[in-house]
Amino acid sequence: MTAQPEKAAVMPVATPALRPRLAVRHLVLGGAIVIALVLPFVAKSFVIFQLTQVMIYGLAILGLNILTGFNGQFSLGHSAFYGFGAYTAAILMHRYGVPYYLTLPAAGATCFVIGFLFGLPALRLQNLYLALATFALAIAVPQILKFQPLEAWTGGVQGLVVDQPDPPPFLPIDTDQWLYYLTLTVVLILCGAAWNLVHSRTGRAIMAIRDNPIAASAMGINASLYKSLTFGVSALYTGVAGALGALAVAFVAPDSFNLLLSVSLLVGLVIGGVGSIPGCLFGGLFVLYVPNIAESISTGLAGAIYGIILLIVIFVMPQGAAGFVRLCLGRLPRLRQVQTGSGGGKP
Amino acid sequence: MRQLTRRSILAAVPAALALKAYPARAKEYGPGVTDTEIKIGNTVPYSGPASSYGTIGKAQTAYYKMLNEKGGINGRKVNFISYDDAYTPPKTVEQARKLVEQDEVLLIESPLGTPTNSAIWQYMNQKKVPQLFVATGATKWNDPEHHPWTMGWQPNYQSEGHVYAAYILQNKPDGKIGMLYQNDDFGKDYLKGLKDGLGDKAAKMIINEGPYETTDPTVDSQIVGMKAAGCDVFVNTGIPKFAAQAIRKAAEIDWKPLHILSSVGNSVGAALKPAGLENAKGIISDFYLKDPTDPAWKDDQGFKDWLAFMTKYYPDGDKTDVGNVVGYSLAQTMTQTLTQCGDNLTRANVMKEAANLKDFVLPMVLPGIKLNTTPKDFAPIKQVQMAKFSGERWELFGSLLNGAPS
Repeated sequence: MTAQPEKAAVMPVATPALRPRLAVRHLVLGGAIVIALVLPFVAKSFVIFQLTQVMIYGLAILGLNILTGFNGQFSLGHSAFYGFGAYTAAILMHRYGVPYYLTLPAAGATCFVIGFLFGLPALRLQNLYLALATFALAIAVPQILKFQPLEAWTGGVQGLVVDQPDPPPFLPIDTDQWLYYLTLTVVLILCGAAWNLVHSRTGRAIMAIRDNPIAASAMGINASLYKSLTFGVSALYTGVAGALGALAVAFVAPDSFNLLLSVSLLVGLVIGGVGSIPGCLFGGLFVLYVPNIAESISTGLAGAIYGIILLIVIFVMPQGAAGFVRLCLGRLPRLRQVQTGSGGGKP
Repeated sequence: MRQLTRRSILAAVPAALALKAYPARAKEYGPGVTDTEIKIGNTVPYSGPASSYGTIGKAQTAYYKMLNEKGGINGRKVNFISYDDAYTPPKTVEQARKLVEQDEVLLIESPLGTPTNSAIWQYMNQKKVPQLFVATGATKWNDPEHHPWTMGWQPNYQSEGHVYAAYILQNKPDGKIGMLYQNDDFGKDYLKGLKDGLGDKAAKMIINEGPYETTDPTVDSQIVGMKAAGCDVFVNTGIPKFAAQAIRKAAEIDWKPLHILSSVGNSVGAALKPAGLENAKGIISDFYLKDPTDPAWKDDQGFKDWLAFMTKYYPDGDKTDVGNVVGYSLAQTMTQTLTQCGDNLTRANVMKEAANLKDFVLPMVLPGIKLNTTPKDFAPIKQVQMAKFSGERWELFGSLLNGAPS
């Protein structure tokens, strides 16, 4: 798919020429985290809410990315996992009074199990057929959520109202800021976990299956087990995002989790960069803000303008936002060398 | 005679009434109001599965354009900010928060849809921002005690159920009722209204309840069951697809009850034509708006004004779409409310005046229907008129019926 994972995999034994790039990378990462920590104190609460949603979409896209970007499987059904996660959190809080912080692991666990079980039979299907199977899931879920016998839990078409978590009393922040930091913490932890996963033995196995399934099997990798596990992990990420989404929006209804959400996540994945972890946040930004930008240009032609923006972005950044940033960073050291006149020092 | 159109609202009633009510008060403004402007927010699905309702938002926008050209409300222009929520609740929350926190609107006017309004219900009431004249018929919007910042507009499904009950008690007091309804809040609203309306006799009269799921392929078995049970009154509250199936099936099995069709399924184009116009002859239903396709309104002043408005300010709008009548009427209701507010344009006062509509007449609702609200009654339109299908079009008959369970 992209060169990113392989390149990242050789990073620990990087040559001196790669060092500056590494430093820049750490600098950027550290700077981004500092900015993310300070932002809630300077931005309006509505902007904080939007940024929280960006992170949530980013997390859901990361889930899809683990499946598609690193394992090479397609899914049009991630709206379903997002919905399962949201409903798990909502039902636990609404019906059983479970505290909100416990609903996140519960949503993740539920979605992991559902994803794994769905993955087992579905993964006998290849590429496009898998996409269709997950498509069926996306179509089915809103109707299942409305289904009469389940209404006692799901609230049927009316959905469920979720109480927003109050910040701990010892912190002088409001609900929006608290949700932001909660989401930021969860996102950082899960991003770190994803980074570790990708750079581990398991991660290499997952990517080997993507790059050459036959060779991977020949090396003794249990392809169907790894594929199912990846599906489960992917569903877990998206499910946790769904649970956070339920907290942020404070309401769940079947119509929120339709096929359009799946497609939006897929768009975010491609825009952010297939196979890139930080790219997912760009994807989240795109998913949330571009429809608004399109609408502010023209209400009547919002769909068309969205399409045009999408096309421009794809042409300008064919590797997604992550690829674009990489391209820019790649030029940096060279520029510096030219400026300081130490051009001859190349190994 | 019914000259209470926008012109007269603008010219006559307002200042006098409002100033009389608040003589000592100087100007008081909530967010989004200045000496020259009132900011109003709105969410409507311009995209997505329910985008056909988008025209309601466009009609409102066009209405305020006309209003501003004519001087606005008490000298203030209306800045109507309408956002697309694609009929998805999370988007509605985002857009509503954007309207309230970023655009700082005075209020949100008629957001459309039941799930979408449910999503912002808590938020609007916590923030104490008026969520006025929501475009949905669920009964729960009339809850001033727990949700004093939210108000409905159209006749709700329960009050329609009351009207049917009254009609049945009058015309078939010993009828045996079979009722078809959608198995969710919307269908159960109708059932509750009918039962409440029938009172003690409900248990005896409703002998067959036929719920259906939207996922059902047909409702044939429910209809056959009702005939077999000996029902001679049929209350049909299906959405157009199922309403049409029921009408057709009843004709096929030669079942001829007193057939009452709810306003949800009474569209000639969407339900009666597919069912066969011949089969629909004699069916009873209820209306509250003037149907723009009905030739009876050809010479009606309210209709002519609406047509002129559509031609000049919303030329690409569909003049047969009742959604454009809804948008026009919603904007007029808001205009009246804000006019009554005078110079005291705080959020609290807007709610106070919204709950203080007295015999307000809209030019595009049926003659005689008046909008009334009180601090304990948040259901502006309660009256409907019955109509009988002639085989070609609906013919109104009888007097206005008041079905509100108040």
